[in-house]
Amino acid sequence: MLKIDRRMLEHFDWITFCIVLFICIIGILTIYSATRPPLDEGESPPFYIKQLIWLLIAIMTLVIFVTFDYVKIKEYWLILYIIGISLLIIVLFMGKTAMGAKRWINLGFFSFQPSEIFKIIFIISVSAFLENKESPLSAKDTLKTLIIFGIIPFLLIMKQPDLGTAILILTITIIMIIYKGLTIRLLILFLSLFITSIVFLWEILWAGLKEYQKNRLIAFIDPSIDPSGIGYNIMQSVITVGSGGLFGKGFLEGTQGPLKFLPERHTDFIFPIFSEEWGFIGCLILLALYFTVFIRCFQTSVIAKNSFGKLLAIGFTSIFVLYFFINIGMTLGIMPVVGIPLPFMSYGGTTLLANFTGIALVINVRMRRFELFYP
Amino acid sequence: MKIKDYIFTSIIFFIFIILFLRLWQLQIMNTEKYQKLSEQNRIRIIKTPAPRGIIYDRNGIPLVENIISFGLSISPEYIDKVDISMLSKILNIQIEELQKKTSKKPESIYMPIRIKDDLTFKEIAMLEVRRSELPGLIIEPEIKRHYPFGAATAHLLGYLGKITEEQIKNNPEYQNLPSYFMVGQTGLEKLFDNRLRGIQGEKIIEVDALGRELRLIKETHPVKGEDIYLTIDALLQEAAYKAFGGSSSTANARHFEGFAGAFVALKPDTGEILALLSSPSFDPNIFIEGVSADYWKELITNPQNPLLDRTIQGLYAPGSTFKIIPAIAGLEEGIVSPDKILVNCTGGISFSQWTFGCWQKEGHGPVNLRRALVESCDVYFYELGKILGIKKIYKYATLLGLGNSTGFSDDEKPGLVPDEEWKKNVKKTSWFLGDTFNTAIGQGFLKVTPLQMANVMAEVVNGGIKTSVHIIRNMETRKENLNLNRENLEIIKDALSAVVNEPNGTAAGARSYLIKFGGKTGTVQVVSKKFKGKSSYKNIEHHAWFVGFAPVDNPEMAFSLIVEHGGSGGGVAAPLAKNILEGYIIKKRQLNVKN
Repeated sequence: MLKIDRRMLEHFDWITFCIVLFICIIGILTIYSATRPPLDEGESPPFYIKQLIWLLIAIMTLVIFVTFDYVKIKEYWLILYIIGISLLIIVLFMGKTAMGAKRWINLGFFSFQPSEIFKIIFIISVSAFLENKESPLSAKDTLKTLIIFGIIPFLLIMKQPDLGTAILILTITIIMIIYKGLTIRLLILFLSLFITSIVFLWEILWAGLKEYQKNRLIAFIDPSIDPSGIGYNIMQSVITVGSGGLFGKGFLEGTQGPLKFLPERHTDFIFPIFSEEWGFIGCLILLALYFTVFIRCFQTSVIAKNSFGKLLAIGFTSIFVLYFFINIGMTLGIMPVVGIPLPFMSYGGTTLLANFTGIALVINVRMRRFELFYP
Repeated sequence: MKIKDYIFTSIIFFIFIILFLRLWQLQIMNTEKYQKLSEQNRIRIIKTPAPRGIIYDRNGIPLVENIISFGLSISPEYIDKVDISMLSKILNIQIEELQKKTSKKPESIYMPIRIKDDLTFKEIAMLEVRRSELPGLIIEPEIKRHYPFGAATAHLLGYLGKITEEQIKNNPEYQNLPSYFMVGQTGLEKLFDNRLRGIQGEKIIEVDALGRELRLIKETHPVKGEDIYLTIDALLQEAAYKAFGGSSSTANARHFEGFAGAFVALKPDTGEILALLSSPSFDPNIFIEGVSADYWKELITNPQNPLLDRTIQGLYAPGSTFKIIPAIAGLEEGIVSPDKILVNCTGGISFSQWTFGCWQKEGHGPVNLRRALVESCDVYFYELGKILGIKKIYKYATLLGLGNSTGFSDDEKPGLVPDEEWKKNVKKTSWFLGDTFNTAIGQGFLKVTPLQMANVMAEVVNGGIKTSVHIIRNMETRKENLNLNRENLEIIKDALSAVVNEPNGTAAGARSYLIKFGGKTGTVQVVSKKFKGKSSYKNIEHHAWFVGFAPVDNPEMAFSLIVEHGGSGGGVAAPLAKNILEGYIIKKRQLNVKN
């Protein structure tokens, strides 16, 4: 069934693939260190084993997503998007409540986060929707895109509540609109509209935030207000990173994670665990790996054969870069704490699958960049 | 590439620069700061207290011991989970009181909160049985100070208290001790604190975020404090305490029973202190548990002032017990001989417009030195004082150690021996003959402590040797010969023996058939002494003194005894001394029989 053209294999982006795989393996090692026994009460099977299994599944997913021509999925965008929105609605009614938020759908044998799947569908849909629109976009098209792909999912995800993902979705919609092309006049108009609406809607927005979300924002502005309460996570995260020093404490020598001073140490706060053990040098290498992946993804958007491919690539690049920046920024205390995982490293099956699907689609675009005259 | 591509690349690049700079700031510029914070997170240093040294009496009886007690604490994170009503039943503490205890903000979120001290074995058993239902409770063994003789040794040994800020400031050794550390606050516990304290041990422990101990990184064991062997005789001390009316039961001893007064006994040839009792006393064990506000208030407002150590800080006029000194002076200066009749006592002498009476209003008739001491004739000493003059009295009084602390403790009061110069400087008037009269019979400006008087007695019976008064055994005694004529001292000693053992002696009523002792009585007139605003008849009674030695042949003990507002020296103080001596001898014999 899977007939792969040999030329395709040649054009497969091995560099991106290998680096991503390498980052995943670093992630699994760090998850092991963060939750290593006997200090952690036995989660069975252990997190790192689960993540390893997820990685294998993710690689298979990647293989599947590079075998067909990405252009084909364009036709199904509307169905996909309806499914995506439905999932977001379903999760509000049937979702599993964890830590005060409904983000999960439980299917009995496993549970997944619809918003992660929605991310993929969303980028495919926006790319497909915008592809045949004129560039620069008309005001009508811009508004349409913004409402359908930005505001509607934003409100649904806010309702879960998952402020971080909601803002990200909105931001990426805006990035993709700008990337597709806007007249300067429209750009200025929308920006000024956006800013004034924030100013006027701030009170309403602030009132609409849950208590813990407000606390996170307060803690971000001044973590020392209550180090054992709101600001505790940020303080501990910064301590963890800082105590790594130049060379780090060494693999499995970190103390902040296994002794549980750092919360969410295998998911959102995986980066501090890594930097505590590997130090500044390790962090620089990790940053360089991510940088290479992002630049190659971005390059793909430049060299893609059509507008759909360009939009796909830029969409995924943006989502990776934003997740990466917000997550690491948060652990370094320069971004507010929002529950956003670090791509490819944080523990989490759905997220890993979604990210691999994304990277697969970008590799797909790059592989097929020369097929100009094929249907 | 288009412009927007460049902008996009720059944004990615810019993001990496920001992260790089922040990482540089955290990991390179502030490494030490964060490493320290990270260590503080996981390292907990627990001080393990060193057992304090034991204090023994001269026969090896412990005067203070360390006993193990068990306290109940709770980990702060379990406060909301524990079954308070069950705990209330087991410990027999009201629920409200328990809630008050557990709602106190802990010193650290990991520090267990103390719920109850001194658990009984029944309580421990009940708690252990219900361990699974009462999570987070910790039964902690502790070493506690216990004073088996209780109030009998309270002033002598002193008590422990939390280290004060002043102590931390003044003593460099206290600077590394935690604020809750108990150090000696009074008595020997304070005087020998450095020796008794020992060295704290230290446990360096790795803990997790919940405060659970994961492993021991390093441990240094505590070093027990040095044991101290005293010259005190616990049996004598206790006999004195009982004679003063102190109760042997701890519960009663908390209410400051007994006469106000003091008893001090020395070994004459060495200066070793055998007993040092101040009454009324208090229970030092109560300070270990932490004094309740009510008891403390009682302690400091009680008119009998139980906290005052009368043996070294109580200042009294010596009364007739002082007569020993002009008697010695008269003999030494060749003014009198034992048999020379100096005066014919008619019950008083007149001097200008003043009349100085003798306590025996009918008069003693012709009096020689021996009779003057035995019957305590005031008129004899007026005359002797007049001949000697204040300078000579001052000389012999200070020679024998009055007016100066004995050097035993820093807390000692020096007392006062007046002379012309002192009166001019302090009272701004000149010295009158009347002042000499008063001084010669131990009244007026004279001020002495019971310890000083016991020391004077020791010097009389040891042949005029000034010894260093001390309380630590095996300490070398410094001796200084006062160059007094031994024969003269024998004369005095003989007269003092007659005070008790001859029918005309002022203390004849206190004669003992168990032990032959001698001494001098004293009755100090307390002139309209105001006592905390209210005066009662009891409070304006005279102070009763008895200064003595026992046994008469080869004295083993020189002592002084005062009962504040007790009445006459012969009627109250001497019989009390007899009770002490007899009680001591009987107890000692009982012990010998047992052994």
